[in-house]
Amino acid sequence: MDFSFTEEQTLLRNMVQGFLQDKYDFETRRKIVSSDEGWRKDYWQEWAELGLLAAPFSEEQGGLGGGAIDTMVIMEEFGRALVVEPYMETVVLAGGFLREGASEAQQAAHIPGIVAGENVWAVAYAEPQGRYNLADLVTTAKADGDGFVLNGYKAVVLGGPWADKLIVTARTSGGQRDSDGVSVFIVDKGAAGVSARDYPTVDGRRASEITFENVKLGADALIGEAGKGLPLVEKVIDQGIGALCAEAVGGMKELNDATVEYCKTRKQFGVPIGKFQVLQHRMVDMFMSYEQSVSMTYMVNMKMDEGDVERTKAASGAKVQIGKAGRFVGQQAVQLHGGMGMTDELNVGHYFKRLTMMDTLFGNVDHHLKRFTNAA
Amino acid sequence: MDMSFSPEDLAFRDEVRAFIEEKFPREIANKRSRGDMSKEDILAWHRILHDKGWVTPSWPKEYGGVGWTITQRYIWNEECARAETTPLLPFGLSMVGPVIYSFGNEEQKARFLPGIRSGDDWWCQGYSEPGSGSDLASLRTKAERVGDEYVVNGSKTWTTLAQFADWMFCLVRTDSSVKQQEGISFLLIDMKTPGITVRPIITMDGAHEVNEVFLEDVRVPAENLIGEENKGWTYAKFLLGNERSGIAGVARSKKAIERLKVIAGAELIDGQPLLDEEEFSRKIAEVEIDLAALEVTELRTLASESRGKGPGPESSILKVKGTEVQQRITELTMEAVGNYAFVYSPHGHEQPGNNFVPGPDYSIGASQNYFNMRKTSIYGGSNEIQHNIIAKMVLGL
Repeated sequence: MDFSFTEEQTLLRNMVQGFLQDKYDFETRRKIVSSDEGWRKDYWQEWAELGLLAAPFSEEQGGLGGGAIDTMVIMEEFGRALVVEPYMETVVLAGGFLREGASEAQQAAHIPGIVAGENVWAVAYAEPQGRYNLADLVTTAKADGDGFVLNGYKAVVLGGPWADKLIVTARTSGGQRDSDGVSVFIVDKGAAGVSARDYPTVDGRRASEITFENVKLGADALIGEAGKGLPLVEKVIDQGIGALCAEAVGGMKELNDATVEYCKTRKQFGVPIGKFQVLQHRMVDMFMSYEQSVSMTYMVNMKMDEGDVERTKAASGAKVQIGKAGRFVGQQAVQLHGGMGMTDELNVGHYFKRLTMMDTLFGNVDHHLKRFTNAA
Repeated sequence: MDMSFSPEDLAFRDEVRAFIEEKFPREIANKRSRGDMSKEDILAWHRILHDKGWVTPSWPKEYGGVGWTITQRYIWNEECARAETTPLLPFGLSMVGPVIYSFGNEEQKARFLPGIRSGDDWWCQGYSEPGSGSDLASLRTKAERVGDEYVVNGSKTWTTLAQFADWMFCLVRTDSSVKQQEGISFLLIDMKTPGITVRPIITMDGAHEVNEVFLEDVRVPAENLIGEENKGWTYAKFLLGNERSGIAGVARSKKAIERLKVIAGAELIDGQPLLDEEEFSRKIAEVEIDLAALEVTELRTLASESRGKGPGPESSILKVKGTEVQQRITELTMEAVGNYAFVYSPHGHEQPGNNFVPGPDYSIGASQNYFNMRKTSIYGGSNEIQHNIIAKMVLGL
């Protein structure tokens, strides 16, 4: 039993923290979010040089051989600074598909571009009718010679506007919601027949709606075996959940610290409002929600390589915890900050919005309660 | 005990329903929120009701009231919500108007009430200050009597729609040497007076609804003082009581639940309507039941008011429960739209750099509405303050 971080992990945390303290204060983030591009490509290059983009890849793949705990450390710090750059999409998710399911040839073709910061990825898995069911796919890929022809529509592809490469899930056989028949493809965003419409999200990021019209894919676009992709998708999304939980924990920590600090200094009726017992207990509940979330975040990231059932329960359980805790902590942080908590000017509302959207991302509390229940 | 409508009430309902159907401008119904509406858009319905003589149904008849019964006023609110008419701005009609006809002198009544009724004067509320939120009586904006004028210095905040306002009713400190509540006065300030600066506050949903108002050597004629100097806290509390009694928003919440059901009926989960899913339908049922209880609680409060009891501390129940229901409905609506909750929908005041807003129409602004409604448990006396009021005034703790 050991919950301590290795020396390397502590160095990693210090490095990320140092970078963000120097270059990602809240006002800088505001400028990034409102800029035309919406992200900092130069930071991305710096992260490549610092090895952050290589962290979870094995040494043979050109990476640093880190695991889920290293990703957790990075994402927690990103959560504290409300980083908008597509680390989740590129390194955790697309990287996850490549690590867990791709052939050596595919890994050799695509991982170096990620590690070097040359390629940015987005993952097109959600469809308007599918809600959070990863198998509910209308998008199809029909066999065509050696390759496939892709047709369909993907909704809310986060980081889509910044990406040049896509992971796309599509149905190669079976009925709309069958477990069998799901396949995973690598698609160039610039390929003929791919069109994207971009828009901002409420949590300061960018997303795209992407249409695929007779997009021709080679045999080397398919990750893993045709029609057998669902377990891979589930596993990689669970890794995403592990990383997301860490981001949530980082955000909650900042909100709780800010709220306690505010209640110590904000005076009404001649005393700091933190002296009122009803608010003290509220902040204690916020603190306990945070601690429980830290525990679930450690747990899910330590169980990432367990069997499917064990991992599913850990991921869905953790997602339920951060969904509920994020809602409570976010709402109460706004409430205790009063009118200031409602403003665009103060960072509190921005953490609240991000925590709110984290419940939607990869499926909300209800979805994961069901998945947890059905996982036995 | 009887909660049913009489034949006269039903006839009244048909009459107002037909009137709204005929007169409410449909093009305004399609604009999403006050944040996207122009000043004239917001006022359009007000002016129509003024022409009809229905804009101040709860005022005494001598000041332009309609003389409707409590039941008729209830029906009227229901019908307006049902048709999703533009909510009337409360600042003149239900806040300063009643203060003026209750505590103002004859000159003030003659001067200000017509503009409130017609909508020609747009009012805003100068209550909160940066340092005085829940503890409103600690306000520091100072008014010094110099000859027949007051010279006002200080700042107000969270001033809703001050960007359009012609007048502000303002709490000012006229005596710092006495107990806080005893040194406050109620002043009416022309927003065109030199020395007033209005600065927008953008809220986290991107809307420009509230403002900061800075007052620097603003000279206000002493004739604009309501009632007596240093008695302003009495008038302020009277006004807050009125504000709270209207805050339950029952009729609008009913309409919002109807909309939520339509959305949940259109959204799919594993190929079936979300509305048929046990978990989600149960959550809708829960908020529906909370709202049903609130509706009767409000009617009970109204009934006791009609027997001559003013809005008492019980109206704090309406504020707390009403805002909880409103917040819950917007939260469930955001939840219902699934992944499209991510989409940001730009407001009217923003440069239309990117106007692509994907997803079904009903999903537009779903999370922004949820974010925006977090304000309701903060404004009008935070819900924590309402709990204190009930603890002290009702339970005697």
